[in-house]
Amino acid sequence: MEARRVKKPLHVISFIVENKPGVLFRVAWLIRRRNFNIESISVGPTENANISRMTITLYGDEPTVEQVVKQLRKLVDVLKVSRLDPDNTVIREMALVKVHVPDPAARADLDYYVRAFRGRIVDLSPDAAIVEVTGTPQKIDAFIELMRSFGIKELARTGATALPRSPKE
Amino acid sequence: MRLSGAKALVKSLEDEGVEVIFGIPGGAILPVYDALHDSSIRHILVRHEQCAAHAADGYARASGRVGVCMATSGPGATNLVTGIATAYMDSSPIVAITGQVARHMIGRDAFQEADIIGITTPITKYSFQIQSAEEVPRVVKEAFYLATEGRPAPVLIDFPVDVQREEAEMDFDAKISPHLNKVVKEPHPLQVKRAAEILLNAERPVILAGGGVILSNASEELRALAELLMIPVTVTLMGKGAFPENHPLYIGRIGMHGSAAANKLIMEADVILAVGTRFSDRSTGRFDAFARDATLIHVDIDAAEIGKNIKPEIPIVADAKHALKAIYEAAKELARKRDSSTWLQRVKEVKESLEKTGQNSADELSPKNLIREIRRLLPADGIVTTGVGRNQMWASLYLEVYHPRTFITSGGLGTMGFGLPAALGAKVAKPNSIVVDIDGDGSFLMTERELATSIAENIPIIAVILNDGWLGMVKYWQDLFYGRRYCATCLKRGIPDFVKLAEAYGANAARPQSLEEFSKAFKEAMSSDRTTVIDVWINPDEPVLPFAPPGRSLAEMIIDLREVRRGGS
Repeated sequence: MEARRVKKPLHVISFIVENKPGVLFRVAWLIRRRNFNIESISVGPTENANISRMTITLYGDEPTVEQVVKQLRKLVDVLKVSRLDPDNTVIREMALVKVHVPDPAARADLDYYVRAFRGRIVDLSPDAAIVEVTGTPQKIDAFIELMRSFGIKELARTGATALPRSPKE
Repeated sequence: MRLSGAKALVKSLEDEGVEVIFGIPGGAILPVYDALHDSSIRHILVRHEQCAAHAADGYARASGRVGVCMATSGPGATNLVTGIATAYMDSSPIVAITGQVARHMIGRDAFQEADIIGITTPITKYSFQIQSAEEVPRVVKEAFYLATEGRPAPVLIDFPVDVQREEAEMDFDAKISPHLNKVVKEPHPLQVKRAAEILLNAERPVILAGGGVILSNASEELRALAELLMIPVTVTLMGKGAFPENHPLYIGRIGMHGSAAANKLIMEADVILAVGTRFSDRSTGRFDAFARDATLIHVDIDAAEIGKNIKPEIPIVADAKHALKAIYEAAKELARKRDSSTWLQRVKEVKESLEKTGQNSADELSPKNLIREIRRLLPADGIVTTGVGRNQMWASLYLEVYHPRTFITSGGLGTMGFGLPAALGAKVAKPNSIVVDIDGDGSFLMTERELATSIAENIPIIAVILNDGWLGMVKYWQDLFYGRRYCATCLKRGIPDFVKLAEAYGANAARPQSLEEFSKAFKEAMSSDRTTVIDVWINPDEPVLPFAPPGRSLAEMIIDLREVRRGGS
């Protein structure tokens, strides 16, 4: 995975779909069928209750990404597919990290890192804490690396979601 | 109008102009069958659901209209799968209707429940599960729209049995959802102009016509363009029939078992105009070697096909008919003469020098002699279907086809057993045409029971079995690549006795011993109103040549087997 990241740029594909049963299945099937190796997929409602937005991120070469876009466009339930330019896109991901913090020194260290990344400690128990952190996938990656020194007990990432920035006047 | 879901389905099918349904009833589709009892739609009871799908497919390919098949839930639905996949791979428009267990039983592993939506998602353009009766008219409209609009494909409607019985106020004027219309038919004018320029400046151009030319009824436009610019035409297996094969510009079919001249000439081309083809590996050989030095113009209605296997210089997303017409107009407008004489001279030389290659054995009852005889006797509008294997390749090599939709074969999936049920479907679509299934013994046996359908439903066809007693194509590969170690390929000729088998079904049968006897049997079969099976015992060692082995370039095709036997595989 690390090697791929060096060679190929991250692509973000954002698409809106009809909000009905089976759509996620069809998208997931398509990704498997065409052997696309994606990094993340996220799905959620939009301002319109009948429409959901899905976001796929992947590292890949140009022909592969073109194929993903074209194949997605063919799906009947997919309404619109856009490739987002990473430089003009707001990309966010959220992660929950449960770390091992058995003593006050560890908790102080944790607090320092969490502030630096503008995260939040959302749960504390005598020997563990859950941290919430939001940002670009790269920022989450960096944060998780730092957390390894504490000992990560459990980790959950949402996958990236994204919207293009409005054009500048 | 208040109707049950089942009655609304039948009325909606009638409104779509459906004349015939191929199917088999069962518990979870009985309300629909009950409604069919009062309908003008003819139901043809096949003997296995796979053949309902193949027959609907054959009907669609012969007529250009949507073929409809129907089955019950569970095993009825899963039996359709091979037929749906066959239609999907060859872009054939069929609508498959399956019964399903009642809504409250779905997901409980009920008796005869199968997740047919999950199973068929990869082999349909779309699949609907009807959730309430009032959806029926809209779902049927959307299914037929999707099956035919853009690149044709199968669509499945899964119909829970309680919804079939449920009554609702039906709106038969319901409109289809507007977002379904995503198809771009008209080509981009700039791309068209560039294509016309490139073709006009080409030294060695070739047009490659795929099945899309037939699907969009663009044969006339293809011919007009080829004649205007004097460009030689080759076809893929699915494109057979798109261009008249007795035309002077026709150079044969490309592919693994294509004609030697076509394979050679397309590799010499400096410009290729490929229309309605997805560049299957069986057509192109190794992707990276195909058309490497040629400028490729690729026309397809499915944008995802462009650049999927081979990257064109000029992509044109459009309906083949519209694109060919537009390129014709643009070329005409440029009003330049192409100097075609040098290339056409070369084409002529290659054709003549390679004409004698790819010969069969010297046997009187060689596949080549038999297929040429069929062509001699069969009217130009006669329809030929095939099994899959050597029979199919011989038919595609030796049978000249003059009209679109008269050569029907399972190209993409390569489904053995396709020939007989597809022939029945084609005959139902074109009752005035003679329909011949050129088949192999292995292939024929996979769906042989449909002789019962043919007799019981009075659908007369002619089945010519090129009987070698082997799974012949597999044996051929074992010959060439596996040191003649024949594992599991011998069928033991004579089991069954196809003459007795045909007679047991009530069909006519013959086993000719000479070409003359074959002609006599075939002529009798053509004038009979009953299905005839002609069982011809051919030489099991008959080769299929030329042969561009898998994973190799078309230029590396084997023309003479002695080359292989000398050099090893």
